[in-house]
Amino acid sequence: MAWMWRRFCPRREFPEANIRKDIPRVRQIAFYGKGGIGKSTTSQNTLAALVEMGQKILIVGCDPKADSTRLILNTKLQDTVLHLAAKAGSVEDLELADVMKIGFKGIKCTESGGPEPGVGCAGRGVITAINFLEENGAYDDVDYVSYDVLGDVVCGGFAMPIRENKAQEIYIVMSGEMMALFAANNISKGILKYAGSGGVRLGGLICNERQTDRELDLAEALAKRLNTQLIHFVPRANIVQHAELRRQTVIEYAPDSAQAEEYRQLARKIHANGGKGTIPTPISMEELEDMLVEFGIMKSDEQALAELEAKEKTLCGVA
Amino acid sequence: MSLDYTNDTASAEALIRDVLDQYPEKAAKKRARHLSVAKPAEEEGATSCGVKSNIKSIPGVMTIRGCAYAGSKGVVWGPVKDMVHISHGPVGCGQYSWSQRRNYFNGTVGIDSFVTMQVTSDFQERDIVFGGDKNLDVMIDELDEMFPLNKGISIQSECPIGLIGDDIEAVAKKKHKETGKTIVPVRCEGFRGVSQSLGHHIANDAIRDWVFEKGTPEFETGPYDVNLIADYNIGGDAWPSRKLLEEMGLRVIGMWSGDATLAEMARAPKARLNLIHCYRSMNYICRHMEEKYGIGWVEYNFFGPTQIAASLRKIAAQFDETIQANAEKVIARYQPLVDAVTARYKPRLTDKTVMLYVGGLRPRHVTNAYEDLGMKIVGTGYEFGHNDDYQRTGHYVKEGTLIYDDVTGYELEAFIEKIRPDLVGSGIKEKYATQKMGVPFRQMHSWDYSGPYHGYDGFAIFARDMDMAINSPVWSKFKAPWKAA
Repeated sequence: MAWMWRRFCPRREFPEANIRKDIPRVRQIAFYGKGGIGKSTTSQNTLAALVEMGQKILIVGCDPKADSTRLILNTKLQDTVLHLAAKAGSVEDLELADVMKIGFKGIKCTESGGPEPGVGCAGRGVITAINFLEENGAYDDVDYVSYDVLGDVVCGGFAMPIRENKAQEIYIVMSGEMMALFAANNISKGILKYAGSGGVRLGGLICNERQTDRELDLAEALAKRLNTQLIHFVPRANIVQHAELRRQTVIEYAPDSAQAEEYRQLARKIHANGGKGTIPTPISMEELEDMLVEFGIMKSDEQALAELEAKEKTLCGVA
Repeated sequence: MSLDYTNDTASAEALIRDVLDQYPEKAAKKRARHLSVAKPAEEEGATSCGVKSNIKSIPGVMTIRGCAYAGSKGVVWGPVKDMVHISHGPVGCGQYSWSQRRNYFNGTVGIDSFVTMQVTSDFQERDIVFGGDKNLDVMIDELDEMFPLNKGISIQSECPIGLIGDDIEAVAKKKHKETGKTIVPVRCEGFRGVSQSLGHHIANDAIRDWVFEKGTPEFETGPYDVNLIADYNIGGDAWPSRKLLEEMGLRVIGMWSGDATLAEMARAPKARLNLIHCYRSMNYICRHMEEKYGIGWVEYNFFGPTQIAASLRKIAAQFDETIQANAEKVIARYQPLVDAVTARYKPRLTDKTVMLYVGGLRPRHVTNAYEDLGMKIVGTGYEFGHNDDYQRTGHYVKEGTLIYDDVTGYELEAFIEKIRPDLVGSGIKEKYATQKMGVPFRQMHSWDYSGPYHGYDGFAIFARDMDMAINSPVWSKFKAPWKAA
């Protein structure tokens, strides 16, 4: 009976990770980051700048909120793949034209959509929608595919864009806030997990300025620790808000503004960054906290105790 | 009347060593805890099985176990005849459990009985993504309209329901309010637990929470009211059992869940005593009834005349002298039948050896029935037994009997090959492999499309079937004529 074991339980083999050496014609990129950090705004502005450079672009919104394309389409919210599929019966009943809208300068826009909060499985929805788009030729005749993904990689579904043969580079949108840094580190862990099997790489950090202490230094230091680069530091500007209220990107609303130029710079850097992504080296929670202490954002235990002691002393002195 | 014999401990132990030798070290270590030989125990007349049980099967082996959904829909809830049981999820689970396990029932399918129907919510991708609660809501309305005589509906969860977190309890409450009928949500997702055993437990808990807790109906009670619990009426098993109890003067007010109605389940807390047949699958609800309603419970065994007589006396001892006298009368009345059966079949079956591998209670309960026919049990094991099952088995099996818990396809095959018993009793998956090895086989889950095997009437059929399998003329043709002995 030993043959049974040999036959059915062959020794596991680990071939060298299948790393893509040639860069395929279509560049697939994805924007990840903590919820509310400005992923959708940053990505749409950057893509609007890329389209100015003559690139053909497809946006795949992977967020049940379906707000990844509104600035490009200048509309409220677009009909999503999954809602149309639910209405029609199944995704097989859909045509690509039903779900793809053309926006600013010919950018193709799609949204996966998903269930209302608290029911069903949004992760499965993302998988279904991306498979549908691929099978129906949405990826033909474009230079860029950009995925805009929900804040946290909570399950396998939301990791779909970083799996094999999907996004080659991930751009993490972050800021100097602690939670945004934690999220960036966590997303790096996700990328690392799939880097061996699928060849996904970390393209860089995009820092959306929140005007926290030593924000640029901190962002650069984190980038270094994660074995990547701070690809661009986007300064805070109210004009972004003004444009957004008009459902427009800054590129469209105020093409001559300084902020528009910032996004154009970012777009140029991303365009030049093809194939230069790195395998991230996420750090432990302790290391991250130590880093924050170093930058004076978080107090070390000794510091906190010393301060407390000093405070008590002054109180005693008064008494 | 029970036979006195022992099996060869040394050779059984050697056999286990041979079998374990073929495994990689880690697997061998794990499996070693599940294989054993019955040894003499401290207690008089009992043996100790000494195996670990109710542990996750090893990945890569072919286990014979089922899942929690199988335990709930396939065993406990499925046979309740006047309820519609929804297999909630993708179509496969419902489709492959269609028609149940030959749980016989009186009634008209599609009118007042629904056991053999396949009712599924047939999940599509859209239901996974957007949740299936709305569909379930509509489905319950449609079922109620289509089958107005249904007394209730149970929702049997398949794996995806637990994965996507559908709130079937909320739907059940809402529909109960709207329709006034009993709606039972059962969280028996297949990935829960190590075998179907957890499904039994979950299903028992659902009876407690969604049937008992909704109130006990008005019911005129009597001094001899009993529930016949955990007989699934496979091939009509519960009917000859019930007949014996009624001949004894007891009144069976509930028969679970073979040929059961929802009303019988709801009024169960009004009984004086619970008689439990399959301990493994329904001890939970009996313990609950004992704690909450103060109803005692007695395990019984209606396989073979020795055990039937012992069980009838054990049950009667719980009641007054009239019942005890009646029990003796019943035993005496059936003695001629027993004598006729043994006279006819015992000479044909004496000293034949049997290996069993089944679920629930059968690995121990049927052993005496075989011994009543002069046959010897050389190996037995449970698919999903727990420690308490193996303790009880010690009272049935003889020293030197091979014990195998959650046996793998390879192990069972190797054991049969080496021992070459005269009969193997197991399931459909094992049947043809065993017969091709030239060993007679009976399915002991479904009684091989025969039955009933319970009670005195069942014993006659049991004896006939075992004789038919072992002494079939086909085995004389097994050797190729050109390979003369």
